Amino acid sequence: MAEKIQVPTMAQMAASGEVPEILFWVGCAGSFDDRAKKITKAIVRILHHCGVKYAVLGAEESCTGDPAKRAGNEFLYQMQAMQNIQVLNGYEIKKIVTGCPHCFNIMKNEYPELGGTYEVVHHTQLINDLMKEGRLQVKDGGSFKGKRITFHDPCYLGRANDVYEAPRKALEQLDSELVEMKRCKSKGLCCGAGGAQMFKEAEPGNKEVNVERTEDALEVSPNVIATGCPFCNTMMTDGVKNFEKESEIEVKDVAELIAEAADLI
Amino acid sequence: MIAQILFILVLAAGIFLFARRIREIRRNIGLGRSEERSDQAGKRLKVMTLVALGQSKMVTRPVAGLMHILIYVGFIIINIEVLEILIDGVTGHHRIFASMGMGSLYDVLIASFEVLAAGVLLACVVFLIRRNLMNIRRFHAAEMTSWPKSDANIILVVEILLMFAFLSMNATDSILQDRVAEMQENNEPVSEALSHYIDAGSFPVSDAFFRPMFEGIESNATLMNVERFMWWFHIVGILAFLVYVPYSKHFHIFMAFPNTWYSKLDAIGKASNLKSVTNEVKLMLDPNADPFAAPAPDPNADPIKFGAKDVQDLSWKQLFDAYTCTECGRCTSVCPANQTGKLLSPRKIMMDTRDRLEEAGEDLDESGNVKTDGKTLLRDYISEEELWACTTCNACVDACPVNIDPVSIIIDLRRHLIMEESKSPESITAMFNNVENNGAPWAFPAADRGKWAEEMEA
Ligand code: SF4
Ligand code: SF4
Repeated sequence: MAEKIQVPTMAQMAASGEVPEILFWVGCAGSFDDRAKKITKAIVRILHHCGVKYAVLGAEESCTGDPAKRAGNEFLYQMQAMQNIQVLNGYEIKKIVTGCPHCFNIMKNEYPELGGTYEVVHHTQLINDLMKEGRLQVKDGGSFKGKRITFHDPCYLGRANDVYEAPRKALEQLDSELVEMKRCKSKGLCCGAGGAQMFKEAEPGNKEVNVERTEDALEVSPNVIATGCPFCNTMMTDGVKNFEKESEIEVKDVAELIAEAADLI
Repeated sequence: MIAQILFILVLAAGIFLFARRIREIRRNIGLGRSEERSDQAGKRLKVMTLVALGQSKMVTRPVAGLMHILIYVGFIIINIEVLEILIDGVTGHHRIFASMGMGSLYDVLIASFEVLAAGVLLACVVFLIRRNLMNIRRFHAAEMTSWPKSDANIILVVEILLMFAFLSMNATDSILQDRVAEMQENNEPVSEALSHYIDAGSFPVSDAFFRPMFEGIESNATLMNVERFMWWFHIVGILAFLVYVPYSKHFHIFMAFPNTWYSKLDAIGKASNLKSVTNEVKLMLDPNADPFAAPAPDPNADPIKFGAKDVQDLSWKQLFDAYTCTECGRCTSVCPANQTGKLLSPRKIMMDTRDRLEEAGEDLDESGNVKTDGKTLLRDYISEEELWACTTCNACVDACPVNIDPVSIIIDLRRHLIMEESKSPESITAMFNNVENNGAPWAFPAADRGKWAEEMEA
């Protein structure tokens, strides 16, 4: 069961001359948003449980610059990016795992040209790898056995970077019924948060994007809507509330589902 | 002889007008900024073969996709027939390929052209019905004003007429061939004009459906006139089509190939890093930077501008995209913003870019300058409201059958708004301030970033 975990920071590791296997890039939502912090903690419990030698940057981490860049503020983005790259290169980071597809995309695709080249993986990929290696096991599907789960593809994980299988493979281990929405994978509909929309009111229209997407999910009557992005999580949670279905449908990150099923939470 | 001279004149006029228009388009595309898209030829060839030649992204909608492939294959193969007609027209021959000793291969060729022509005819009729009678949302959006709608219909009607003329030409030819053969069998004299109609080709479609319409014509002279009329109508129609196409969304039949060749090869999610910004940010962050050590700016270089306000601030590839767009609306039909009633339509972004570029080109013709009309792509064509509705989800990029990237234009226009005009919705400005001051888009103190770890309670 849950235990108190000391989360190592890079500064501590470096001070004791240690080098982590992987850096856990937490991201802004994962650091500050109350709902997303739970996802962060689930990821940490998995890393800890599997004996992965990891570290976080703590207060040395800063926004990757994604919301600024997508909103058109290339200056602010590059300022953020260069500072982050300085820190990461200073610690000679080679491999990064992150719980946020926006951080994942920008570090994987856009940081290299600015001098920051790392192997970047999304947490669902790492979880899938750990399961394949047998380091992470879910006995008998855990508490989600037989439940209907539908996975909402985050745009910046799926369409943007072609990662569709890892989260699904991980979810299959839950021994639940994985159902696909009619728009899924490369045709998946956005939750409405990307491109800095998360931080502004929607433009005038006749519907919210997250409501449209929640309708897709409701059509397949799931018990759980699985996500892989803290922003999608917020959007889908709000969408489910909009239909007053929160007592029937849970919105949870893949990391939370796996950690819970593996008795880590 | 007169017919040959006339034909050469018509052909020359068609080629001249087409070439002039292509030059104009090349010049307009050349107004854009430079962008490197010529590396990795092998990969580019693969993308072009798959997406343009193989139409891999069309078949995601099977009905329209398969019929489109039919028209496309018909178009390409029937061009062999057009080549014969062109040579015939210039040299005064009739069905020159048949007299070149192709034997039964010629029959097979003509028969397959006929089948394809019938297929194209059918597909065009279905497309006309889909477009005008069925309620398919993407064909009736706000940006589908009268010109784009008629453009689509004009082409379909012209294609139907061309195929009709082609099959009628074959039908009358087939009748004449039979009559000439019969006369020769009976040792009747055959006039010089009639003797052109040698026994050549096999006409399964026109014999079955078109021949009955013309068989009643007793006079061989009249029948020859009908055959000639259809021949001329068909070939002049094709030349007119050639001239019309580069003014139309149908230009994609040529542009799809180079446009997919020059596709972005990186992950869809990768947005460009502005180099001009990188240089400035490096100077700002480098404590040892000596501002005077920087090389003197090249006086001939364009002043550095961030983002795009008008078409010449976009890259040539973005302008190339605009001329390639077929206005099919697949992008808009998957756009989350558009589906929820927002003003944004990625198809309109592309159509606006092309319209504005055409206008800038006209301006350049008249005054030698693209700026005299005072209009810009931003605001005169694309509003801020449209730009701010985009979630950068890239669904439009994924859906586009010819690999057009509307999002990069949206981001470049946003870049101009932010970096040149400091204009953004209030909440976005607040987000920028937070990122700058707290290293996060919300107003939490940066020092608290690691706090969650203290809450890893048992
Ligand atoms: S990226 Fe923007 S324009 Fe394209 S589909 Fe998504 S919201 Fe629409
Ligand atoms: S951008 Fe592509 S998908 Fe959109 S209308 Fe043009 S051709 Fe069609």
